[in-house]
Amino acid sequence: MDKIKLDAWVGIFVAIGVISLLGLAMKVGNLTSNDIRETYSVIAHFENIGGLKPRAPIKAAGVVVGRVKSVVFDTKAYHAIVKIDIDKRYVFPKDTFANIYTAGLLGEQYIGLEAGGDMSNLAEGDRITQTQDAVVLEKLISQFLYSKASEEEE
Amino acid sequence: MKSLTNFFEKIGYSVTRRIQRLGTAARLFFLILISSGESFKRFHLTMKEIYFTGVMSLVIIIVSAFFVGMVLGLQGYYTLQKYGSSEAIGVLVALALVRELGPVVTALLFAGRAGTAITAEIGLMKATEQLSAMEMMAVNPVGRIIAPRFWAGVIAMPILASIFSMVGILGGYVVAVIVIGVDEGAFWSQMQANVDFRYDIVNGVIKSLVFGVACTTIALFEGFDAPPTAEGVSRATTRTVVTSSLVILGLDFVLTSFMLGG
Repeated sequence: MDKIKLDAWVGIFVAIGVISLLGLAMKVGNLTSNDIRETYSVIAHFENIGGLKPRAPIKAAGVVVGRVKSVVFDTKAYHAIVKIDIDKRYVFPKDTFANIYTAGLLGEQYIGLEAGGDMSNLAEGDRITQTQDAVVLEKLISQFLYSKASEEEE
Repeated sequence: MKSLTNFFEKIGYSVTRRIQRLGTAARLFFLILISSGESFKRFHLTMKEIYFTGVMSLVIIIVSAFFVGMVLGLQGYYTLQKYGSSEAIGVLVALALVRELGPVVTALLFAGRAGTAITAEIGLMKATEQLSAMEMMAVNPVGRIIAPRFWAGVIAMPILASIFSMVGILGGYVVAVIVIGVDEGAFWSQMQANVDFRYDIVNGVIKSLVFGVACTTIALFEGFDAPPTAEGVSRATTRTVVTSSLVILGLDFVLTSFMLGG
């Protein structure tokens, strides 16, 4: 096989490889959509985070605006400190509400942000004070059972 | 008593021989790394091997990727529809291919298609004393024969794995969207929402790069270490496939646990 033909075949091979990789990145992966590059991080304290994991989405009105960076346990106050990275394009008031929701009945958990009415906005390193914990199914069931039992006693 | 000592002698012999072979393999690996300058200076040597290991493997990779993707689409659909979430089929196919099946199946096919050819070629070259002849002419056989094949394998493997993943996803698309009729928008959008570039795609490429290094090193070593007889070369070729497959699957577990744990 002469050299030009060989080079052409190898060139085609590499080109197909690059096209596949680009296809994977653009069409299959999230390189184009919801790619969050520049972020600012805020923290939020939760009594119970349920099944929240690092890299879980942060959603506002259903739109992904950030990701959970880390979850650590604070041994002084005995609660969880969640570090959140929010896209720089989105700003939220200081009194924004952070709730832990579950996507669907058995889905992953995410943090939903609900904007408050404060005039100043959250900045790097701020803390979201108003938080709501994850719903723990066992607690709900036991509450329901207790209330049922007390109803029957009356 | 005699048979008992014989038994222990045999065990000891096979253990020491294996350790010795591992040492030889490690030495060959470093020798390849040291003398790989020539394979980049005279890149047409490597180019020829990329043609042989990469381009010639394209057909088997593309055809098997298409079928693997189609089977994933079918099997995934029948399970997912029980839970009423057949739109998640895109995520299932993409994640399975990009994370695991793409790199692993490509490496297994590569070991069977290209690894055996490398072993047989090098083994025969050694049996017919072509390597010794090169040394007589003051040509370093590791730099001239072995290193270009090594780098060709390392370059070709990630490309082949990317092609495998992409073609497999297209196969899943054909079955899920065109044949079964899952909504096309949901198929792609759910996939994009759940496949991460850094964590899934780049990790898959890293995996295939590691498999490329392991596969070609094993194939080259087995060829280099083969006894210079017809039987020796045939045994070495068999060992290439067996060892490569085991190493690929073992490494896959180790790499995955590193990637998911980290």
